[in-house]
Amino acid sequence: MPTYVRTDKCDGCKGQDKTACMYICPHDLMLLDKDGSHTGHPMKAFNQEPEQCWECYSCVKICPQNAIEVRHYADVVPLGASVQPLRGSDSILWTIKFRNGNVKRFKFPIRTTPEGSADPYGGKPKADMADIDKHDVLFTKSTHAGDMSQFLAS
Amino acid sequence: MAEFGFGNPEVIEEEVDILIIGGGMAACGAAFEIVRWAEGQNLRIKLVDKAALSRSGAVAQGLSAINTYIGENDPADYVRYVRNDLMGIIREDLVYDVGRHVDDSVHNFEDWGLPIWKQKGDEDKSLRQGGKPVRSGRWQIMINGESYKWIVAEAAKKALGMENIQERVFIVRLINDKNDPTRIAGAAGFSVREHKLYIYRFKACLLVCGGAVNVFRPRSVGEGTGRAWYPVWNAGSTYSMAAEAGAEMTMMENRFVPARFKDGYGPVGAWFLLFKAKVMNGAGEDYSTLRADLIKDEKRFGKYGQGVPGTCLRNHIMLEEMIAGRGPIYMDTPTAMAKLAEKMTPKEVKHLEAEAWEDFLDMTIGQCGIWAGENIEPEKTPSEIMPTEPYLLGSHSGCAGVWVSGPTDIPGVPKEWSWGYRSMTTVKGLFTAGDGVGASGHKFSSGSFTEGRIAAKAMVKYALDNKGWKPELERTVDDLVAEIYRPVKTFLEHKDYTTAIDVNPHYITPKMLQFRLQKIMDEYVAGVATYYRTNKKMLEVAEQKLEMLKEDSLKMRAKDLHELLRAWENYHRIIAAEAHMKHIQFREETRYPGFYYRMDHNYIDDENWKCFVNSTYDRNTKKWTLKKVPYVQLVK
Repeated sequence: MPTYVRTDKCDGCKGQDKTACMYICPHDLMLLDKDGSHTGHPMKAFNQEPEQCWECYSCVKICPQNAIEVRHYADVVPLGASVQPLRGSDSILWTIKFRNGNVKRFKFPIRTTPEGSADPYGGKPKADMADIDKHDVLFTKSTHAGDMSQFLAS
Repeated sequence: MAEFGFGNPEVIEEEVDILIIGGGMAACGAAFEIVRWAEGQNLRIKLVDKAALSRSGAVAQGLSAINTYIGENDPADYVRYVRNDLMGIIREDLVYDVGRHVDDSVHNFEDWGLPIWKQKGDEDKSLRQGGKPVRSGRWQIMINGESYKWIVAEAAKKALGMENIQERVFIVRLINDKNDPTRIAGAAGFSVREHKLYIYRFKACLLVCGGAVNVFRPRSVGEGTGRAWYPVWNAGSTYSMAAEAGAEMTMMENRFVPARFKDGYGPVGAWFLLFKAKVMNGAGEDYSTLRADLIKDEKRFGKYGQGVPGTCLRNHIMLEEMIAGRGPIYMDTPTAMAKLAEKMTPKEVKHLEAEAWEDFLDMTIGQCGIWAGENIEPEKTPSEIMPTEPYLLGSHSGCAGVWVSGPTDIPGVPKEWSWGYRSMTTVKGLFTAGDGVGASGHKFSSGSFTEGRIAAKAMVKYALDNKGWKPELERTVDDLVAEIYRPVKTFLEHKDYTTAIDVNPHYITPKMLQFRLQKIMDEYVAGVATYYRTNKKMLEVAEQKLEMLKEDSLKMRAKDLHELLRAWENYHRIIAAEAHMKHIQFREETRYPGFYYRMDHNYIDDENWKCFVNSTYDRNTKKWTLKKVPYVQLVK
């Protein structure tokens, strides 16, 4: 599945014109039901096309209220399990609840630098326009060396 | 003037020098490279993405490995590996080019913050500093990749500037130049958030919208439809838009049918390569060893089954096992983990278990949902594996795509493989990368990013060489608006004819059209329903049915902007599917046994078919023309 949104937690991202889940879903699935005409729950988000959900968890991870969870594909998976993340700035915590009640928890790093700090060109050279026609270099000039005798025409 | 609203969009026209269409790894690579070359050149560059850059494309969910890192290998070895896996027919110039540039891209990912696993003792060293990565295979390195795309997109956004990135606009049509039909001049699409239609004019564009998913009926047809192996939002837009612009396509007969953990489609790579797990049939037999001789039949498989078998041939052995009724096929995870644990401390065993789960949690969380739902713990219970429905792609273990101009400095390259600008298609000004480039598979995430960089540099050169040229569209704005918003107009015009919104003789919902496409492809063009088997007659039937489907696509309805998105995605899927079918029809052999079988030519025929199959589509007559193009071996 599809993701589902808990009515007790979703605050519609406090009335902004787009919610975090709408912003991030790669498949345009999440929708804020402004007047409640779709769901009966005004100002809360919902998954408008659950059978198209990749279960990529982008919305689950980004939701500021932790209001989005996943009930795994009902045509495939027995009920009762859950897989829920808590994504921080440098790591992600996963809680996996099995149908039989077992629980596993894992924590994995997600990045080594502070959020927002990626500097695309830090310490990297400028492009040398004299190279623009050359196919063997990109602007960083870090081409992998190759043994040219490996070519039939060498 | 009436207020803008549903059915009456505001038209926004904009002229730039270079437009990047798409937001995945190739688009991000292009954004990173292009700004450096364009510095001080006064070029306007824009990126348009139908989703949000931080989580768009095939890496949206994350990845647990980077599958292309050359490291201690020679780029020529990489060419040999790709050639072998793709059954002998690749553009070796393109593959070599990715190979020699790809490591630098990976080093940049690490600079930006992507955690890359290192061997013991090298934990604090970056790859640049000589740190040795943990390899799960000769070409693969392990990462903590939950935020892979997030980090790469962060760098791409900063490079290009958010003011030059337009999210949630779906480009659906390329427009050729008014004065030169072999040239591209613009693109049109719509916002999925606002009643706005965008028309861009440009000198060059990079078309990088991924591969094609949900073209075939998936094995799960309820909620599980969404659990495609490749991302479900890859709608064949790259192939469709390129073909309709007149670009020569190549190897569109190729497909990828990955054998993955059943239903969740979780990755098997780490299980095979890192954990050394084996597969077994329902009786617990190691069938791939027992029946390894199946692919040694030279009459059927030539020399291809003699050495390391390509992915399709490994599938073939599995399929024979399933057809013979010896399933289910299992990954023997308990034996693998027990073997590894023999020489480990309890702490190391716990770490190993976490690694096994992370492999899924980083890139296929849904598989964990299945394991948790079925109470499967890999150290105790083996898991079923299964070949999926077919996918069309050019970056993973497949090589469908567009024919592009290659590098000129590779020894022995035929002159006709390069026509001036690297990564340009046969349409002037139209460039592609990643899933878009055909005959050059096994690029994966890092290679797609790298191909985006390669194309970006060439696009700057193209834009500078054409500085004085002014794009003029061969179609009018009114014509484009009418075409793009046709599904909305159809809906508004006919919606009150019946009481049930989805059942109406005047239109078809995008969802039903997709079901029809999937049924045709599954039943006639070698989907799972026939164990990937087809023949000339079945393809003829498919041809007729697709023809009518294409006609009916003009009657798709859109009841809102979301459905307009689906309508156009499904139109793109039809064209991609048609290309696939025509290519399979043309290639009278079975080049990829295990991915599909032409039962009327059920053998590899190197004598007649060790060549590329290229095609062009005439958007006016709606007809395909196909031809053979000689394969040339470059690397020993």
